[in-house]
Amino acid sequence: MLVLEKNEMTKEIEQLVNKYGFSRSSLLPILQDIQRKHKAVPDFAQQEVARLLDIHPVEVYSVVSFYSFFNTKQKGKNLVRLCQTITCDLAGKKSVARALEREIGIKFGETTKDNKITLEYVNCLGMCDQGPALLVNERVYSKVTPEKAVQILSEIK
Amino acid sequence: MKKIERKGEVIFSSYKRGEAIHKAISMKREDILFEIRESKLKGRGGAGFPTSTKWMLVSAAQADQKYIVCNADEGEPGTFKDRVLLLEYPELVFDGMVVAAYTIGAKNGIVYLRGEYEYMLNSLEGYLDEMRKDNLLGKNICGKEGFDFDIIIRLGSGAYVCGEETALIESLEGNRGEARNRPPYPVNTGFMGKPTTVNNVETFAVVSHIVIKGGEWYKKLGTDKSTGSKLFSVSGDCDKPGVYELPWGTKISELLEIVGAKNTKAVQVGGASGICIPKSQFDRTLAYEDATTGGSIMIFNEERDLLHVLKNFMEFFVEESCGQCTPCRIGNVKLLEGVEMIEKGKFTFHHINNLKELGKSMQVASKCGLGQSSPNPFISILENFREEIFNGNGGIHGK
Repeated sequence: MLVLEKNEMTKEIEQLVNKYGFSRSSLLPILQDIQRKHKAVPDFAQQEVARLLDIHPVEVYSVVSFYSFFNTKQKGKNLVRLCQTITCDLAGKKSVARALEREIGIKFGETTKDNKITLEYVNCLGMCDQGPALLVNERVYSKVTPEKAVQILSEIK
Repeated sequence: MKKIERKGEVIFSSYKRGEAIHKAISMKREDILFEIRESKLKGRGGAGFPTSTKWMLVSAAQADQKYIVCNADEGEPGTFKDRVLLLEYPELVFDGMVVAAYTIGAKNGIVYLRGEYEYMLNSLEGYLDEMRKDNLLGKNICGKEGFDFDIIIRLGSGAYVCGEETALIESLEGNRGEARNRPPYPVNTGFMGKPTTVNNVETFAVVSHIVIKGGEWYKKLGTDKSTGSKLFSVSGDCDKPGVYELPWGTKISELLEIVGAKNTKAVQVGGASGICIPKSQFDRTLAYEDATTGGSIMIFNEERDLLHVLKNFMEFFVEESCGQCTPCRIGNVKLLEGVEMIEKGKFTFHHINNLKELGKSMQVASKCGLGQSSPNPFISILENFREEIFNGNGGIHGK
């Protein structure tokens, strides 16, 4: 990370601490904002959050590693998550997954080389009555077919 | 995304925003508690703890701060009633929270919304702003001197275990979502060590109606031990999946008819951590005392391979176990391995029976509800469908 980037990050985290308050209970909202913006919570950001909240960096790392929506390695600009839980599975998750993998040439858990798309499985999205469900960034698509899934992807590309 | 298939006479009956709050502040606190005790309302998240007991304990606790937490971390596979309530009936949920705050004397409310529902955040925040404008939130609510209360929304980050109330509180405090030892219970030592009541989204929604119409009215529906009605999230093999409001005590066979399910082989009641009920037991009733559920009903027809279903559930638990206590962390992995052995046809009955025993140990020895209930599908599917899985032609010997 460049020094300039580091300074930028520190400034950003200072603002977040001001926004959510100097308290351990602000940790999750702060990390969520960092994750949303940078698509990761990099090591440096973790250290800075720890310093500014006056807790040990290990505490921050333990939280980042616990929740599945946080990651330390950079993910793609767009996060495409397919529900893998049973009703979506029975409704045809597999064929949607295969279509997605074929179309963009990566497997689930991987990111495209141009850093545009990360493909992931996720547990129950609460759309069981309208599966299979696909979560693209914050938007939910229901009753996704292989063809529809690929079309959704082409729109975000 | 909205889908309600059947509006019942309680939760989906007509309601005007703020109605319950106006009624509540004209009542004495003890009277509200009395009405809720009369209604025999039990927690709608699935555990079924009497709501009035919880509230009484919190209101009796001495502290300078008390908290109301709304558990909107709806993670159980097959449940989506809270999504519908929050999207279409936020007034019921938030008014219920304000009523709770008035009853127990809390100043702060927190909605713990699961990360997957982030798309609701803007509309919910907008709704809270409107409430503040109309003095349904804020200082001296509805002109009631000294009644201050506000609600904030906090997002989860994709951890199923945070639906457990002490794990949820840990998460709110900025920690890993690991369940706490109990006692002390959150009613004494909850969020920030202060008395806290954690209730399900649906519980708050029901409270809004009970305050207006009284506990006596609510009790008329349902069974003796499970009063009132319940929202069921029905999914799987049926014509009309969606949210249904039905009275407790409805038979499974009746429900199947209402939702238009044909050729049903099994019904999973209570989500992944629930039990799998075979055709021969479809006359069982949905109630806390019989087949209990936090709302999830998943229907599987004759073509479905239940071993595949079980494998999906166990994979889910292996992934979602927080890893804090050994029975759950290791037990779920062992159960999944057992399912995979059966799938490949490389197992001994001796080993499978041992695993069932292990499951029973997990039910006793795990620290929180996740590990205590995760062996349920393993035990109930292998027990109720052993003909198909071990002996039938479609089973492992037929492959």
